[in-house]
Amino acid sequence: MKRDVNFILNGRPVTLSVEPRTTLLRALREYGVTSVKRGCEEGECGTCTLVIDDLAQKSCMVLALEVEGKSVLTVEGLVAPNGDLHPLQQAFVEEGAIQCGFCTPGMIMTAYAFLRKNPDPTEAEVREALAGNLCRCTGYIPIFRAVMKAAKTMRELGSHPGAAR
Amino acid sequence: MTERLNVVGTCVPRHDALAKVTGSARYLADLPCADAWVGGALWSEVPRARLRGIALGEGFDWSRVTVVTASDLPGPNEVHMVKDDYPILADREVSYVGQALALVAAPDETTLKEALACLGPNLEELPPVLTVEASLAGEAIIWGEDNVQAKYVVEHGDVEAAFSRSDLVIEETYRTHHQEHLYLETNGMLARPGADGGVTVDGSLQCPYYVARALAHALALPLDKVVLRQTETGGAFGGKEDYPSVIAVQAALLAMKAGRPVRMILERSEDIDVTTKRHPSIIRHRTGVTRDGVILAADIDILFDGGAFSTMSPVVLSRGVLHAWSAYRLPNARIVGRALATNTAPNGAFRGFGAPQTIFAMERQMDLVARRLGMSPLEVRRKNLLKAGDTLPCGQVLRSAHAELVLDRALALSGYGRKHGGHESDDRVLRGTGLSVFLHGGGFTGAGEEKIAGSAAVEAMDDGTVDVLVSSTEMGQGAATVLPQIAAEVLALPCDRVRHPNPDTSRVPDSGPTVASRTTMMVGRILLDAAADMRKKLTEFAAARSGADSNSIEWRDGRLSSDGKDLGAFEDLAKLYKKQYGKPLRGEAQYDPPLDCQWSEEEYRGDAYKDYAWACDVVEVEIDADTLELRIPRTTSVVEIGRAIHPVLAEGQVAGGTLQALGWGAMEDVKMEKGRYRNNSVSTYIIPTAVDAPDFRIEIAEAPSPYGPWGAKGLGELPMDGGAPALAAAVEDALGVFATELPLTSDRLHALLQRDDRGGDRR
Repeated sequence: MKRDVNFILNGRPVTLSVEPRTTLLRALREYGVTSVKRGCEEGECGTCTLVIDDLAQKSCMVLALEVEGKSVLTVEGLVAPNGDLHPLQQAFVEEGAIQCGFCTPGMIMTAYAFLRKNPDPTEAEVREALAGNLCRCTGYIPIFRAVMKAAKTMRELGSHPGAAR
Repeated sequence: MTERLNVVGTCVPRHDALAKVTGSARYLADLPCADAWVGGALWSEVPRARLRGIALGEGFDWSRVTVVTASDLPGPNEVHMVKDDYPILADREVSYVGQALALVAAPDETTLKEALACLGPNLEELPPVLTVEASLAGEAIIWGEDNVQAKYVVEHGDVEAAFSRSDLVIEETYRTHHQEHLYLETNGMLARPGADGGVTVDGSLQCPYYVARALAHALALPLDKVVLRQTETGGAFGGKEDYPSVIAVQAALLAMKAGRPVRMILERSEDIDVTTKRHPSIIRHRTGVTRDGVILAADIDILFDGGAFSTMSPVVLSRGVLHAWSAYRLPNARIVGRALATNTAPNGAFRGFGAPQTIFAMERQMDLVARRLGMSPLEVRRKNLLKAGDTLPCGQVLRSAHAELVLDRALALSGYGRKHGGHESDDRVLRGTGLSVFLHGGGFTGAGEEKIAGSAAVEAMDDGTVDVLVSSTEMGQGAATVLPQIAAEVLALPCDRVRHPNPDTSRVPDSGPTVASRTTMMVGRILLDAAADMRKKLTEFAAARSGADSNSIEWRDGRLSSDGKDLGAFEDLAKLYKKQYGKPLRGEAQYDPPLDCQWSEEEYRGDAYKDYAWACDVVEVEIDADTLELRIPRTTSVVEIGRAIHPVLAEGQVAGGTLQALGWGAMEDVKMEKGRYRNNSVSTYIIPTAVDAPDFRIEIAEAPSPYGPWGAKGLGELPMDGGAPALAAAVEDALGVFATELPLTSDRLHALLQRDDRGGDRR
C-alpha cells in the first residue's frame, strides 16, 4: 500500500506516493531526478549519494519514507537559479575530475556536505571524505584537486552558495 | 602540419562536462520510456550440464509475461562476434555459471523476479573443465576439437642455437588472474520494436556497429532495419565491447516477442557474474642471456583462459603475443600463444587487451635476469631496450623507438636511482621502488585497420555548428572533446562550435569500434581528412561565389577571407552552400592505408602495429612490517604518445589507467569456486578508493608519429600495461621476495616471505 512522504527537494516542497519498502534512490529516480545513480544498491559505490539535512547519504540505503519533513539536495539543486554552476561543479569541469560521469553527482554531493563541515581541508581529509565514493576512471587525484579548488573559491566568496534548501 | 595550432594541444572544457556535472546526462536507465517492460534472464547455476528443457512452473500466470527460450529464436542461436560460437541462449548444453538459459520480460521488476523463480530448467550436470591446465590436458573436450580457441606462433632467428650460445638460461612461470571492469554503470539496453519489423536499440556500449551487426545476424534482419544508438556510457574499459552484443540481442528478442519496448539492465551481481573479464594467464619464459645481461634467446609460452566461448579471445591473444617482448630486443625468439576453453564465464576485452598479462611476465623476467646475474633491473633493461632500426620478433622494423627517452625522464623525475635498493626502511614500514618499461601498439593489430576501412564525416548544422559523425563513442575517455578538437582545428572554428553527438547508426558512418587505443590515432586521422574535405568544398564554393582564387582563401576564427577581403563567416557560407546544393555542407573521408605498413595474417608476420606509444612506470611502495598491508604513496609515469591533443584528458587516461593497473596488481582479486565468482559485489570485489590512489607524477613526451593526427598515437590502454610489474618490482625491493603471481595482497606477501624463510626461493 502506497503512502505519502512530504519533504523539501532541492528547495521545493514535494509529496511522493511510495510503497513503504521503496528506497529514496528509486523514489527519486521514478520522480525524474536521475542524477542519483544505481551503481550497486548496497551502499558501497556511492553513485546514489545525496545530501539529507546537511549529511551526505547513500540514497539506496534510505527508505523514501524516512525523509518525511527533511530537506533533500541533489546535484541538480546545486545549480543557481540563473544557471550558474556551484563552485564544486565548476571546479570538477575545470580540473579534469570528470570522465564517464557516473560517479560525478554522488562525488560532488559528498564533497558538498564535507566542505560545509570542513571549509578548509587538507588533501588527506578530502581523501578520507571521498573514500565511500568509487571512481573507476580518473584515478581520483583530479577530483581531490577539484574539491580543494572549490573549497578555496568558496572561502574567497565567503559563503557556501547553492544551498537551495 | 607545421602551422600554429589553435585548438589541438589546448585544454578546452570537456564537451560532456556540463551535462555530467549537473545530472542531466542521460544514461540508459535515465531514458524516459514509460511503456517499457523490464527484461531479465535465468542464468545457469552450474558450470556444465545437458539442458533437457525448461518448464514453466505451475502457480504463475505466464500470460502476464513474455518468455523467450532457444526454441523461439528467429535466426541463428549466435551472438555474432569474432567467431559465432557464443549462443544467445543455452540450447541442449550449458557451458558456464551465468549462461543465459531463458529470457523473461515483465511489466515490472517484482513480476519479473517472480516469473524467473518459477522457471524450472531440467539439467543433467556434467564434469566441468575449470582450469587452463585441465583444458590443455584435454580432460574433456568442451570447445572445438581440442579446446584451443586460438593459437599463434611467432618465430624469429635461430632460437636453439642462441640458447646454446647463452651463458645462462633462466626459466620461470608467471600467472595473472581475472580482473573485473567494475565500470560504475552496469551493462544495459533498451530495445524497441519498429513498425517496419525492425528494431531500435539504445544502450551503454563502445561499438555501435558491432552491436548492430549482432542484432541483424540474430534477428535475421537486414542491417538497415536495425538502429543502434549509444547512450551516455558510465565507463566501459573494454567491458562494453563484447557483452553489449549479447544483452542487446537478448533485449531485442524480448521486445520483438512482447511487441513493446523492453529495458534490460544487469544488477551489479549479475554484471559481475555473467559479463566478460580480463583473461587469466599462465606464461612460461625461458630466456638465454650472456653473462653481462644481453638477451640472446627467448622462448615464451602463453596460455590464456578464454572461458566457455571465444568472444574476443583470438584478438586479445594476438595482441598479447605481439606485446610479449615488452620494450626489449629479442634477437631470437619463439613465442607460442594459445587461448583455451574452460567452463567459466567467457573472458574478453579489457583495457590493454592481452598486453598487460604478457608485459607483466616479460618485465618480471627482466627483473629475474637481473637478480640471477647480480645486476640491477635498470642495467639489464638498458642493455636490451628496443631502439629505432631494431627488428621485433614479428619481423617489424621499428622506424622509431622511445624506450630510452621515457626511461631517462622517469628516472630523473622519480629519483629511482637513489631510491631503489637504498630505501630507509624502519621497524614499522618497509619501502621499495620498482620500474617497468613498455610499449603499446595503437590501432588494430596487423591489417585490422585495413579490414575495417573506417569512414568519418563532418556536417554543417543549421545552427552554425558542425557535427562530427563517427561511430566512435564517448565512454569517459574524452572522445566527445578530442574529436571535435581535431575537426575544429582544420575548420578554424572555436572548439565549442564542433560537437560529437552520441553515435546513432542511422546517421553515422562506420568508423569502426571504440577499442584498441584507435579513436584519436586512427579515427582522428580519418576525421582530419573529412574536415579537410569540408574545408576544400567550402573554399571552392566561396571562391566561385566571390571570384577569388581558391588558393588565396584563408580560414581564420570562423571566417573565410581572400587577400585581406572578408568573404563571410563559416556558418553563413555553409548556409548558402546548403541553399545552392539542396543538401548540407558535408565532408567525408575513408581510411587511407599507409603504404609503408605490411602485415601477413597467414604468416603472422610484418608490421604488427602502425606505431607504438612508449612508457616507463616507477612505483613506490610502503609495506607495513607487521600486517604486510601495502600502500602506494607515489607513482611516476612518463608516456610518449606522439602528440597530446588534449593534455589534461591525456593525463586523465594515464592516472586512471595506472590506478586500474595497480588495482589489478595489488588488490583486485576475483575469487572463483567451482566455476562461480564468489565475490560478485562491490563490497567484496575491492577496487582502489580515494585513500588508495597514489600521487601520480605524469609527464607526457611527444615524438610525433606519421600516422596519427598531428602525430598523435594510441594512449588509452598504454597506462594499463606497466603498473603491475613495476609494483611487483617495488615489492621485491622492499621485501626481497620475487613474486610471480598477482595480486600482491598481504596474504600473498606473507606466503612469499614464508617461502623465503624456508629457503624455498631459489631465484
